[in-house]
Amino acid sequence: MKYAEDDLIILGHGSGGTLTNQLIKDVFQQAYGNPVLDELLDAAVLEVGEGRIAFSTDSFVVDPIFFPGGDIGTLAVSGTVNDLAVSGAKPLYLSAGFIIEEGLPIRDLRRIVQSIQDTAQAAGVQVVTGDTKVVDRGSADKIFINTAGIGLIPAGRHLSPRLMEPGDVVLVSGTMGDHGLTILAQREGLAFSTPVESDCAPVNRITKAVMEAGGDGVRCMRDPTRGGLATTLNELAMQSERGVLLSEEEIPFLREVVGACEMLGLDPLYLANEGKVIAVVAPQVADQVLEAMRALPEGRGAVRIGEVIAEEEGLVLLETELGATRILGMLEGEPLPRIC
Amino acid sequence: MKPSNKKYARYLLEQLHQEIDRPLTVMEVCGTHTVAIAKSGIRELLPEKMQLLSGPGCPVCVTDDCDLDYVMALVRQEGIILATFGDMMRVPGTKSSLLQEKSKGADVRVVYSPADALQLAVENKGSQVVFLGIGFETTTPVVAAALEQAIQMGLKNFSVFSLHKLVPPIMRVLLDDPQVKIDAFLNPGHVCAILGTEPFQFIAREYGKPCVVAGFETTDILEALLLIVRQYREQCLAVDIQYKRVVRPEGNPVAVGFIEKYFSPMTARWRGIGEVPGSGLELREEFAQYDARRRFPITVEPGQSRKGCACGEVLKGIKLPYDCPLFGKACTPAKPVGPCMVSTEGSCAAYFRYGRKKAGANH
Repeated sequence: MKYAEDDLIILGHGSGGTLTNQLIKDVFQQAYGNPVLDELLDAAVLEVGEGRIAFSTDSFVVDPIFFPGGDIGTLAVSGTVNDLAVSGAKPLYLSAGFIIEEGLPIRDLRRIVQSIQDTAQAAGVQVVTGDTKVVDRGSADKIFINTAGIGLIPAGRHLSPRLMEPGDVVLVSGTMGDHGLTILAQREGLAFSTPVESDCAPVNRITKAVMEAGGDGVRCMRDPTRGGLATTLNELAMQSERGVLLSEEEIPFLREVVGACEMLGLDPLYLANEGKVIAVVAPQVADQVLEAMRALPEGRGAVRIGEVIAEEEGLVLLETELGATRILGMLEGEPLPRIC
Repeated sequence: MKPSNKKYARYLLEQLHQEIDRPLTVMEVCGTHTVAIAKSGIRELLPEKMQLLSGPGCPVCVTDDCDLDYVMALVRQEGIILATFGDMMRVPGTKSSLLQEKSKGADVRVVYSPADALQLAVENKGSQVVFLGIGFETTTPVVAAALEQAIQMGLKNFSVFSLHKLVPPIMRVLLDDPQVKIDAFLNPGHVCAILGTEPFQFIAREYGKPCVVAGFETTDILEALLLIVRQYREQCLAVDIQYKRVVRPEGNPVAVGFIEKYFSPMTARWRGIGEVPGSGLELREEFAQYDARRRFPITVEPGQSRKGCACGEVLKGIKLPYDCPLFGKACTPAKPVGPCMVSTEGSCAAYFRYGRKKAGANH
């Protein structure tokens, strides 16, 4: 059945009956059908190679659902793929569960589902199982998506903050805070003369390049999502029981992000990223890892931003541009704009 | 920072070290300065003879419990939408914060400008939209402009809860306090852009202390500090402007006109400091219908102040945030006891976020 341009999701689309089946066939399978999904069984049955399995899940409730640089579908795939990727896994399969508010235009759903397919294809993963529920108007905000994913970690690969040693180098794959600022600006209807786009994208090509170039010298990787670079590095510092010393002037930001943050009273170090990687690597392999990251378009902006230190365990320190040192704490609560 | 700025900043620091010839305690009276100083790490690089203190420069921090409790009582009323800047959400009154009230069902909306609050009033004709007006002379003209617009639009469901305060009167309070030892002020750049320098002349004339209006870049602050050192060396103590690219001696008469048209001075309560005559702003009598306090009169019982919270002494520069017994223990940005720990521009929050290393190793 072809849906008309202005058809809306109704409760029946989540009933499990004919309408649900049509929706699955005409929207989901049409976008990302594949032999496993097309079986339409209660569970996807998967071939997995040798190694350990990484398994991760994440729910997406972003508002607005469409934003410059992507949408909730792009985010739903990138988010889970990236969690697998920074764990050292090759992402393989995803599930996608939808909670849809009655009244969502089917064309919006199609657009989101297409983004899921495009992003999954870019990441080289397949969506192999899914679920759809429709709730009364007001019981959800347009659409919520949960994705879970599995990936394969080859035998012998081990990444952990516990491997971090003093002298190790901290690398990032590009500019910080783009996604967080884009969403805040959209949400509050702030217009900037130079629009900023979300960076949301799979990072598994970057993580693969890092591991190929760095081998055993790669200690651990993270994707600095909610809470931003500052919060993610604090987690690493606590888990590793080491200190992290950053150099303020090396941390890459887009000029527009810095300007908008000044205006809003936000610190871009605490804004979310959805397509960036932090890698902690041994000093001997740092240059080759950087080179490998920079060889990819999505890692072009990779730079060295700091190092692991033996002192100040559990803390992140920032050397300011003037040469003073201060603490970089974790995010407390939601970033809120200031008064004056 | 551009390499040329960095070089200039280093030069200024060097000059400060060379030229300072006596101990000087300088107070910044603007939260934005407090944050800029903490973030750049200037404090750590200054000569030992120079001490920087943070003053009552964060409008959120100086808000008294009684006023906060009034606001909490107001949002619990049926049919009220409170529009506020984000900073106020977490500030605790004696019993709860706006964030807590919101989770219990109060209609509280974060806005970025008073114009957004007007829009809320247009879109919610069945509700009363109260804008929480807070800030110093910098913010007040914008609120006055929104009031003018509301009157022109004939909006009947819009009012302002004024917590606006004035900077010069509180500086006089500090200068009159024998416990407060300040040799000079770093004057708030944006407030002076509105007021000009005349309202601050009394500081040099009557108290013989210099003040320098400073911008917010690292080099602005260092330049202003150097000007203070030089004023003392040359014994020519005056009101000076470092932030010349923005501030003119005459200020911005249009903006001041807006404030005076809609607001008149009143006695205001400052957290930890008490009542200061002529230091707050209320809506003029003829605009009483836009005044939330007159429109929704509520009697608020004075609550119990928090035991041990040294906000008042911190705001006056008598104590450093580290000296408060609650700092970093019972009181953190995640669980603030006093407003100084809540607002991003509060001195306690700035010291906690950026300065803990110097406080000792207990964090």
